[in-house]
Amino acid sequence: MIPAPFGYHRPTSVAGAIKLLSTLGDEARPLAGGHSLVPMMKLRLATPTHLVDLHGVAGLKGIRRDGNSIVIGAMTTQHELIGSEEIGTSLPILREAALLIADPQVRYRGTLGGNVANGDPGNDMPALMMTLGASYQLQGAGGARDVRATEFYQGAYFTALEPGEILTSIAIPVPAATHGWAYEKLKRKVGDYATAAAAVVLTMSGGKVTSCAIGLTNLHETPLLAADAAKAVIGTSLDAASLKKAASAAEAIMSPAADARGPVEYRKHVGGIMVTRALQRAASRAG
Amino acid sequence: MAKTHVTMKVNGAEVEGLVEPRTLLVHFLRETLQLTGTHIGCETTHCGACTVDLDGLSVKSCTMFAVQANGSEISTIEGMANADGTLSPLQEGFRMMHGLQCGYCTPGMIMRAYRLLKENPQPTEEEIRMGISGNLCRCTGYQNIVKAIQYAAAKQSGVEFKEAAE
Amino acid sequence: MNDMTPTREQREAALEGLGCKRKRVEDIRFTQGKGNYVDDLKLPGMLHGDFVRSPHAHARVKSINSEEALKVPGVLAVITAETLKTVNLAWMPTLAGDVQMVLADGKALYQNQEVAFVVATDRYAADDGVAKVVVEYEPLPVIIDPFKSMAPDAPVLREDLAGKTAGAHGARKHHNHIFEWTVGDKELTDAAFKKADVTIKELISYHRTHPSPLETCQCVCSFDKIKGELTIWGTFQAPHVIRTVVSLIAKLPEQKIHVISPDIGGGFGNKVGAYPGYICAAVASIVTGKPVKWVEDRIENLTATSFARDYHMTTEIAATRDGKVTGLRVHVLADHGAFDACADPSKWPAGFFNIVTGSYDFPVAHLAVDGVYSNKAPGGVAYRCSFRVTEAAYCIERAMDILAQKLGMDPAELRLKNFVRPEQFPYHSALGWEYDSGDYHTAMRKMMEATDYAALRKEQAQKRAAFKRGETREIMGLGVSFFTEIVGAGPSKNCDILGIAMFDSCEIRMHPTGAGIARMGTKSQGQGHETTWAQIIASEIGIPADNIMVEEGNTDTAPYGLGTYGSRSTPVAGAAIAMAARKIKAKAQMIAAYKLEVHEDDLEWDIDGFRVKGLPEKFMSMKDVCWAAYNSVPPGMEPGLEAVSYYDPPNMTYPFGAYLCVMDIDVDTGVFKVRRFYALDDCGTRINPMIIEGQVHGGLTEAFAIAMGQEIRYDETGNVVTGSFMDFFMPTAVETPHWETDFTVTPSPHHPIGAKGVGESPNVGGVPAFSNAVNDAFSFLGSTHIQMPHDYWRNWKTAKALGAVA
Repeated sequence: MIPAPFGYHRPTSVAGAIKLLSTLGDEARPLAGGHSLVPMMKLRLATPTHLVDLHGVAGLKGIRRDGNSIVIGAMTTQHELIGSEEIGTSLPILREAALLIADPQVRYRGTLGGNVANGDPGNDMPALMMTLGASYQLQGAGGARDVRATEFYQGAYFTALEPGEILTSIAIPVPAATHGWAYEKLKRKVGDYATAAAAVVLTMSGGKVTSCAIGLTNLHETPLLAADAAKAVIGTSLDAASLKKAASAAEAIMSPAADARGPVEYRKHVGGIMVTRALQRAASRAG
Repeated sequence: MAKTHVTMKVNGAEVEGLVEPRTLLVHFLRETLQLTGTHIGCETTHCGACTVDLDGLSVKSCTMFAVQANGSEISTIEGMANADGTLSPLQEGFRMMHGLQCGYCTPGMIMRAYRLLKENPQPTEEEIRMGISGNLCRCTGYQNIVKAIQYAAAKQSGVEFKEAAE
Repeated sequence: MNDMTPTREQREAALEGLGCKRKRVEDIRFTQGKGNYVDDLKLPGMLHGDFVRSPHAHARVKSINSEEALKVPGVLAVITAETLKTVNLAWMPTLAGDVQMVLADGKALYQNQEVAFVVATDRYAADDGVAKVVVEYEPLPVIIDPFKSMAPDAPVLREDLAGKTAGAHGARKHHNHIFEWTVGDKELTDAAFKKADVTIKELISYHRTHPSPLETCQCVCSFDKIKGELTIWGTFQAPHVIRTVVSLIAKLPEQKIHVISPDIGGGFGNKVGAYPGYICAAVASIVTGKPVKWVEDRIENLTATSFARDYHMTTEIAATRDGKVTGLRVHVLADHGAFDACADPSKWPAGFFNIVTGSYDFPVAHLAVDGVYSNKAPGGVAYRCSFRVTEAAYCIERAMDILAQKLGMDPAELRLKNFVRPEQFPYHSALGWEYDSGDYHTAMRKMMEATDYAALRKEQAQKRAAFKRGETREIMGLGVSFFTEIVGAGPSKNCDILGIAMFDSCEIRMHPTGAGIARMGTKSQGQGHETTWAQIIASEIGIPADNIMVEEGNTDTAPYGLGTYGSRSTPVAGAAIAMAARKIKAKAQMIAAYKLEVHEDDLEWDIDGFRVKGLPEKFMSMKDVCWAAYNSVPPGMEPGLEAVSYYDPPNMTYPFGAYLCVMDIDVDTGVFKVRRFYALDDCGTRINPMIIEGQVHGGLTEAFAIAMGQEIRYDETGNVVTGSFMDFFMPTAVETPHWETDFTVTPSPHHPIGAKGVGESPNVGGVPAFSNAVNDAFSFLGSTHIQMPHDYWRNWKTAKALGAVA
């Protein structure tokens, strides 16, 4: 349970962090909350030769309003998200999802940036970000760029993040005040990754869905945006038939791994159920 | 690998040591500082036996490097007793309510409960169970641990603890 | 008498003796992080050892190259089987009469088997060294399914047993066969089945799991070259046995071996046997002359130390059409992994599985057990189960529910109809045990009343109808479990471990000031012996429990004992404690008589001292007797006040209980919710009700985990799929149900204080309650037997197979 040796660096600025990552090369990794990376290192499944600790870097914390968006610093912890009044008011689905991640101790250290950047298909925040239409600011030697969450995930542990880049903040358009929302996560126990999870953000008018976005967690090698499933409920009152259509459309794009959480057919089936329940709960919250 | 000098405050006292970057905080506490109350029960960050209170947060010390704790303030189980040596409300609660058997999960459990009660002085049973969900116990089945924490919450509020009838 | 004189109640209370909820002595240090566990030990010059392990489940070890490893700063040595052969320790005997490789000798037989031991100056360097050892393997075909172990073309696993047609327990049928054990009357049983009105037959499997205490196995071995003495601190539930075993296999004189079990962070059977880590650390210490510490990781613990269960039980019951059982027939296929390292008393290759007639009066029964090898970790141990009693209880309790279903009878009614009746005790079971005492009907009825069982059945009927009408997607199950356990190993005529009889012991020495020290041959790993043993002594000799220091675990000072597992401590050591205390009391009576100038027979015992019959003001407290023992004993008597007792129990003890689990399952997701769990335990005399309740809570939580998902599972190439806490189900406080405990008291007639032991009962009785609840929930949809564990995904698959889910 002992990591291989590595060099440790604690820059104080984003520029400093980027410089270190590019000079130290491919085997250098940024260190955020560490609760995905350090366990891998202890099993020697990850053996970075250098760690660039982002905890000392200025400007990576904070939750602020920027016009119609909320911008969250990448080093904001799950615990800070949960305690934020702004998040609780404007993006309550983030709070609900954060409370379902891991356990209390992990949430004190685990960061939003870490959760969205490392490409682990089991992480909860990526699907949420896709559902919310978020975009990530990446900074590297070549400057800063924004990548939409929906374009960020390319495969398991494979993202649009280039070597030498770090994710510095996440910008999320604020949903309408009357939006309905829900993150429905089935797991074996507290602390486990999702057997299946669905995020829903929608708006309703006159009892009918006027807009909808559905995200899926751990049901594929990347998080998924279930566009067809969302389309299937627009204009409906989320009657049984529409819910069934949405669930089927979502299941059609799922390809979960068979693992100790269950075989493929089970995970797809409960994935569909998570979509249904998330839609129903979101609708109950819509203004 | 070259060693680094770290300093931090542990249980109110300034401490220091020479560590490799990869030295886990839990090993620094146990081996360098000889504070063996914090325990190790797994290597996958599940069991919580290594939980300490670091800069006001419950942290699994097996998933942090000592170098990351440079300049931090840490409380471990060894610092929990009252200044006059009597047991703190949590420690007393665990004893009175039989919230421990083998004692191995107990330091991590108490350190976690300490922060839980600081943030939520009157938790419901559900909040307690969620609150300690990062700490595994094999002996007690958690029921008496919940009572122990309720006992401490009551004592810290100056209220008498009334055990719920079974 | 004046206002200052304590009342009898006050004097009794001051003792904190039998029956009181004495707060634990251990807690003072544990709540302050001042426990003394093996890994807390730091000795000057101490080295660390760590293992290179096989990634393959079955493979030839072609070569082990330590060159690069030895270049790692801090690495001092790499020990292999070749090294151990030079001291004849490459193999070691197991507790079950087999032999086990300490390090892979020519081949590896299970994933994560120990291949080499790297010794270094600290644990970081040891880990680095392990990463640099290069092993060349040639994979071999693998056996994971025990039902394939004895196929004609099955690969040979144990080349060391080539040509050996008999093992420690008799003839072997096949190169992968270990033993066959039969008990009972086959002829009579077969006859009963032939003429039965109704029979059931089902394969009931108890899957492989693991005790997983929170502290893993570890040791520090320190060999003093000058004195030729070896000291071992370790996680040993049976420290004396370890000392004797080490003496025999290392050929060191036993008086020069000091084994110490300090505080142990949970055992649950995991820490009974000897593991390669202990042997390698000892050898490394002998070779280097320095202390060597070995601490295993969690993954190592789960995948390489001894598993539990893995019993596949083909079970048949014969009955009359009105529900009276007439015969029981069970065949067990026992998967022991690569080596039979089962921790059983020697004569019993399948432990006490022949308790499988359970709480029921079977006139005839027959049992056959076949043990086989496979490419899995060796074992199995008793994970809070006495010896194979969890398997037996699960088998019979499931089978009775299956029979009830076939007969169209309520499972509780079927049990009540077939219980051994109070007047039948002591009861001789058809498979050879004499149950000491029991009152099953009372316990069962108390459970049914406390839970309003009849109302729950009504509710279930309504819910089933609603389900069929499509009004709900939830099904409800009631899991009844009525278990009879057999614990307290054991009488010398039945039980021995490697030839040492399974008595236990207590030595008490009183000090002049009315305090004392007591040592026993048991070793608590959380059961609270420092607290409860003193309570027994307090009630026997009238000295407050707080004045009695209790020590266990140091083999130099503690009298020989067989350790703590299988709920044996209270039945055996508890008896020895009472007997030793009574010897003290007998001598004390003579001293008191002398001091009070009366005849012994004129004295009667009164809570904390001796009183002259008819002269109540003439009283001598035990405290004062202690002083007198050191200055004025009767002529001809030796001074001092101490006694030792070695207790060979005349019989096992038979705790029992009635449990009910109420469970709701969502068929669409397979998610279960334990709505209510009621546990009534009868452990005879109750020493400390607070500790008993804690034991029940803990055992039920383990049972819950096992029944609902905790398994050690292998894929078809022999990889352990559930080798860490990610997938090995360890419930948190959120998943763990709320427990309701209750009790009856049926003392053991043969035990000095009537106590039976309780630690394992909740695991024994709990698993059937959970599994029966799931089975009961689904049965109306057409199932007969659903194998556990009952994970969400398995419940869903069951629902799908039954047509309840599209």
